[in-house]
Amino acid sequence: MQSIQTVTVGSGGAASIEFMAVGEIPDTYTDLKVVVSGRCSTTDTTATLAFNTGGTYTRRTLLGSGSAASSNTSAVDFRISQSGDTPSTFGNSEIYIPNYAGSTTKSYSVDSINENNATAAFQAITAGLWNQTAAITSIVLTPGSGNFAEHSTATLYGILAGSDGTTTVT
Amino acid sequence: MANETPTKIVINCSTGVREVLELTQDEIDEREVMAIQSEADRVADEQAAVAKAEAKASGVAKLAELGLTAEEISAITGA
Repeated sequence: MQSIQTVTVGSGGAASIEFMAVGEIPDTYTDLKVVVSGRCSTTDTTATLAFNTGGTYTRRTLLGSGSAASSNTSAVDFRISQSGDTPSTFGNSEIYIPNYAGSTTKSYSVDSINENNATAAFQAITAGLWNQTAAITSIVLTPGSGNFAEHSTATLYGILAGSDGTTTVT
Repeated sequence: MANETPTKIVINCSTGVREVLELTQDEIDEREVMAIQSEADRVADEQAAVAKAEAKASGVAKLAELGLTAEEISAITGA
């Protein structure tokens, strides 16, 4: 696994973070992984990802709230800490995107939490599908509302193919 | 006066060039729609969780009215 690019949000925040020209990174990678350390400027713990443009996303999430567990299909891909959470904490998420340059519909999986030193803190595992077959050329991360707060970071990693050129290794 | 137009960070994965760009009006409009949807989803999730908890409590109460002990109810429901 190799780091491709890292974004750190500066003062004033950012409405979204976009990794563009993903299609131009070396084809030695079979899969991509995005690691997000995020906090929202509003009281919103939700965030979404988007590939390229258009298409439809479907999701299934197992969600723990700190006091209950549930399952849903909400339009949420990952969690970030919100403005009312413990100060200076950031939610953590790992988004795995296999076969990002392939010609089939694109699946992804997410392991995500928002940090909060209180009972209410979310833990989510999400399986998602983008119904387009185009190779992924851009990835946009967007909070449910407001901005990514200053010091939030997002890093795009490439997962290298194995020596046979097809096996995914880490 | 500070510029309050939301901005986005765009990083070119090929060149490493990083830009901070102001959102277009279309992007701002889309963002507002997403925020409304996000809030609606959050409220729906909370309402569903409350409804589930209330249904569970009601079910447990009815089992107790039937004469089941707390241990028996716990064995059946896991509550």
